[in-house]
Parts: sequence; C-alpha cells; structure tokens
Amino acid sequence: MAETKAMFIQVEVDPAAAGDAELAKKLAEVCPVSIFEADGEGKAAIVEENLDECVLCELCVEAAPPGQVRVTKLYSGETLSR
Amino acid sequence: MRFYEYEAKALLRKQGVRLPDGGTAEKPADAGKIARDIGGAVVLKSQVLSGGRMKAGGVKFADTPAEAETACAEILKLPIKDQMPVNVLVEAKAAVAKEYYLGVTFDGVAKLPVMIISDMGGIDIEEVAETHPEHIAKVHLSTLHPFSDYQAKEAVASLGITGGELNQLTRVLAQLVRTFLAYNLTLAEINPLGKLEDGSFVVLDCHLDMEEEARERHQKSVLDELGIGADEMRQGRPPTEFEKRGARVDNVDHRGVAGRVVEFEGNLGLVIGAGGGSLTIFDAVQRFGGKPANYCEIGGNPSVLKACELTKVILSKPGVDKIAVIMNVVSNTRVDIVARGVVKGVVESGFDPAEKIAVFRIPGAWEGEGFKLLEKYGVHYCDRTVSMSEAARRAVEKIAG
Ligand code: SF4
Repeated sequence: MAETKAMFIQVEVDPAAAGDAELAKKLAEVCPVSIFEADGEGKAAIVEENLDECVLCELCVEAAPPGQVRVTKLYSGETLSR
Repeated sequence: MRFYEYEAKALLRKQGVRLPDGGTAEKPADAGKIARDIGGAVVLKSQVLSGGRMKAGGVKFADTPAEAETACAEILKLPIKDQMPVNVLVEAKAAVAKEYYLGVTFDGVAKLPVMIISDMGGIDIEEVAETHPEHIAKVHLSTLHPFSDYQAKEAVASLGITGGELNQLTRVLAQLVRTFLAYNLTLAEINPLGKLEDGSFVVLDCHLDMEEEARERHQKSVLDELGIGADEMRQGRPPTEFEKRGARVDNVDHRGVAGRVVEFEGNLGLVIGAGGGSLTIFDAVQRFGGKPANYCEIGGNPSVLKACELTKVILSKPGVDKIAVIMNVVSNTRVDIVARGVVKGVVESGFDPAEKIAVFRIPGAWEGEGFKLLEKYGVHYCDRTVSMSEAARRAVEKIAG
C-alpha cells in the first residue's frame, strides 16, 4: 500500500489501484477537500497538505473497488474501508 | 464593513442614483481644482468612518476655490474620534428645499429586508421614529420573490406623497434597494435625500454597510475597484497588528469564519463563537475574574487550516498563558474539524495541547469524533451538560492555577 501521513488522517490507496487512471479521476472528483489528484501519469496521488481536512465522508472509499482505498483516523486508529 | 461616503456614493452611482458633482481631494490644491471645475459654492466633508463629522468640524462650506483649499487643509489635519480622514469629499453645494430619509436594512424580528422612508430627513431616523412616527413608512421585501419598483412606490405612497414627487422618490428608493441587494448590504441609507428648488432630487449624504461574509464575493468585482484590500478592516479605530493578522487568517480560504479578533490586555486567549455565544462567553470570563486577551469569532464550519491559523495567531500574542475554546451548541460547524485545527495550532506553536487548552466546550455536530481526538491529546473537554458559563469559569480557574 502507498502510504501518506498527516497529524490526524492517513489515506492509503492500493498501489495497483492507484495506477488506474479512471479511478484516479474519480477520486479527485469525489473528494470534497481535494485530497486526491491525478499526477502527470494519470495515477492517483495524495495531496499531503490537505489530508487533515478530510471530512470522513467515505466517498473515496465508496468510489473505489472494495478494499482499495482506506482512510484511517490517526487519533483513534479506526479505519474507514469496505 | 462600512464604506466611506465617497465609496458609498460610487456604489450608488453604479445603480444610476443622481449625486452632486464633485470628487475627492487628497491635498488642498485638489479641492481648489474641484471647486473651480464646479464653478460655484462647495461643501467639503472629512472622509472618516465615524459619525458626528459636522459637530467635530469635519464638514465645511466654501464659496471660492481659495476658500475650498483653506477648508480642505483644515479638514485634513483634523482627527475625528481618533481617525484621520483618508481624503476630503468636495461636492457642489445644493440649494435644498426639503430633505427626506430613505433606508433599507434587515428587520431582525420579521426576518426580512425592510424599506424605510421618511419625509423628515436630515436627522436621526430613530429620533423621527420616537417623536414623529406618522412621518415614517416601512414596507418589507420578500426574500423569495424578486424586487419590483411597485413595492417602492407603495412605500412612498403610504406617506401620502403623490404626483411627480412620488415618481421621483420611487425611482431613488428602488435604486437604493437594488444597491442593497446587489452588494449584499446590511444597511443602505440616504440621509438626507435633498429635494432641490428646481424639484429634482439629489443624494446629499449616505451610509452603506456590507455584510462581512460577502466581502470575498465582491472583492474582485467591486472592492478592488474602490481600492479596498481584502484584509482592510473597517472599524472606528486603526486595527492593531494582531487584529490585522487575524483578518488575514479569515482570508486563507472561503470556508467558515475564523480570525476576526479584537485585542485586549489579558492572558486568556479565546477561540469562541456561534450564535451570539461569543459575547456571552466573553462576559462570563470577565464575570469570573478572567482577563480575555482577545475577543474573536469562529463559526460557519471553518477549515482545519483556518482554525489552526487562528489558534496560532492567538497564541502568538505576548502574555497569553492558555486558550479557552468555547461555543454554543453548533449544528453547521463540525466539532471534530475545529478540534483538529485548534490542537494542530497549539502543537505547531510548540505547546502541549493538554497544558495550553484550558477547556474545550463545543457541543454539536460530530462532537463524538471531536471528543475522541481531544481525549487522545489529553485536552479537558466538556459536552452540552456543562454550560458555556461553567466552561468559562473552569477556564478562569485553570489559568489562575
Ligand atoms: S473520506 Fe471524504 S474527505 Fe476524506 S479523503 Fe475520502 S473523499 Fe476525501
């Protein structure tokens, strides 16, 4: 899993799924606080400085195939995934 | 946000309102030139944000360009309620036969905008309301249906005004309503509106206030054009450096409100707000013997970034020992997001949240999530079973040691 860290929220995208340009586009579209963007190669990349703005809406989790995106609350250890 | 008179008149002009000829003078020679261009008597008015200009000597009349230069020089040197004028408005002196009052504001009880008109202009409308209520008409506007000039006509006619005067006043009132709606104003007042000896109407003085929240919306289209910067504060005294930094925080992004701070000499920093709660909390802190270091507003679901930056500004003020984070019950602000911002601000300022945050009392949306986070950082938090007043008392007690 590709990992990124901030003070309160950690978002993980499965490396295989991160390479899917369609998914990258979808994630960038659904996240209300711009935590995802499609990088130069169309891969899903995480915008580190926005991580702590995550509103825990789970839209990214729902947009991705089961188990491919996980959002973890670092202050409680709980993870949002499906 | 209050506009200077010359700015308010520029906004009215955009809606087609008739104004006296004139311009602004930065120096006496400018006033002389404007007076020469007008070619007659002029009135010179100090451009400050406070009222009482006439009494303070900030309004003068001049019959010649030379007199205008002298009057302008005097006005530019004259502070009014600790404010120096930004410039002097020089306008043609009008031969006024009668004065009217036109206003649009919000009626907090009816929860609707309201047009107010009086045929006794030139004095405080509150005074007219008290002494001559029969000379005032009020008509509410709909927030659902678009405004129609017909409503302005009804308002004017309800004072018994008829004929050409009815038509002319209707036009000016409708233009004032359009200005109020176009720029998200909280108050639009023309007082007085002068009826000249030739029967025409001209705006002699006016006062416009824009809703603070609407500033961003109008920044590029209107405020930039008027030379009003995004972080320019408009209050009765010059803002302190601390207050200016607070205002900049509010501009970091569009989400919520955080950063409008007013500075005091105390040692308890306040991150407070929501539905009038800030005043209650500020008073409660003082009642329990606490000394607020600031008054501020936070709400409308600010971003983590905004809450974090506000916290850092408050903690950067020399002498602030602890902060109290207290709000009324919130429904449109997320408790966990504010908690993240405040904790982050404390940590980034190099302090331990458990030590620095005397109390965190924000009940409401997503409070469970917020409380989990506060628990992790050892912050003393409370829910709605603890009143705002009790939370303020606990904060004061903690800071007293
Ligand atoms: S949970 Fe919502 S806010 Fe958080 S990363 Fe996913 S889409 Fe963005």
